[in-house]
Amino acid sequence: MAAFDPVSAAIGGALIGLAATLLMLLTGRIAGVAGILGDLVGSTDRAWRLAFVLGLIAAPLALSLFGSALRAPPMPGLVVVAVAGVLVGFGTRLGNGCTSGHGICGIARLSPRSIAATMTFMIVAMLVVAITRHL
Amino acid sequence: MPILAAFLCGIIFGAGLVISGMNDTARVLGFLDVLAIRTGGWDPTLAIVMAAALAVSIPGFWLARRRGRPVLAEVAAWPSKTAIDRRLLAGAALFGAGWGLVGLCPGPAIANLATLSPAVLLFVAAMLAGMAAHDVWRRRHAASIAGTAVMADG
Repeated sequence: MAAFDPVSAAIGGALIGLAATLLMLLTGRIAGVAGILGDLVGSTDRAWRLAFVLGLIAAPLALSLFGSALRAPPMPGLVVVAVAGVLVGFGTRLGNGCTSGHGICGIARLSPRSIAATMTFMIVAMLVVAITRHL
Repeated sequence: MPILAAFLCGIIFGAGLVISGMNDTARVLGFLDVLAIRTGGWDPTLAIVMAAALAVSIPGFWLARRRGRPVLAEVAAWPSKTAIDRRLLAGAALFGAGWGLVGLCPGPAIANLATLSPAVLLFVAAMLAGMAAHDVWRRRHAASIAGTAVMADG
């Protein structure tokens, strides 16, 4: 486990909050990554969505120019990866949001609906990790 | 201009994910592993990231709401749904299950495409397939309930 670094966590978190705020303040859009991805196809208004997604991918590349390591994250077996990907895609679409849409933007609006969604996916994810790591 | 703004917001968001460590599945799973509190191996990073993000976005969204019209657009697309229904909770539960299996949610999954990891590529392809499957299923389902508008909150 990498050492806990609260300063980096706070700076990074503040940047995420800043990005969500700026997107709303400037363009009037919610920075929910699942919603942005899901509406990338079939929506009439896809240029800003594509731009946001490209920015997300560009960020690690840009930071790697300043010495930040571009490291692939540890991943489980491919079957688990595929099943989890489908669950995340289907679930975020059905529930209208993910960690950014409900967790950051929704809670920032003090929306009880987003708070309920965030508590639900947090608790279920914790249960899944408890089962896979401790049973 | 709005498109450039969205690109810059994507970069800032992605930089936040990198700097905070949220692109690292081990860190995310380390937070979700609450039973590790007993042995002192729990990673509180995600809680700090979330708190710091909200410390900026709560006043930020309050300001945006008060201002009304966005700087570069005619109207703000504030989410309109408020119901805490079965659909919301079932969707959040399915998402949580997938998140707990790998430690990737949509933002870090996309940002990690930059690493060209084949496993991340597979995850993103499966995620997009899951989204498409939902939309097909939903459209068939909604055909019977005509005129139901779907407004995403994120």
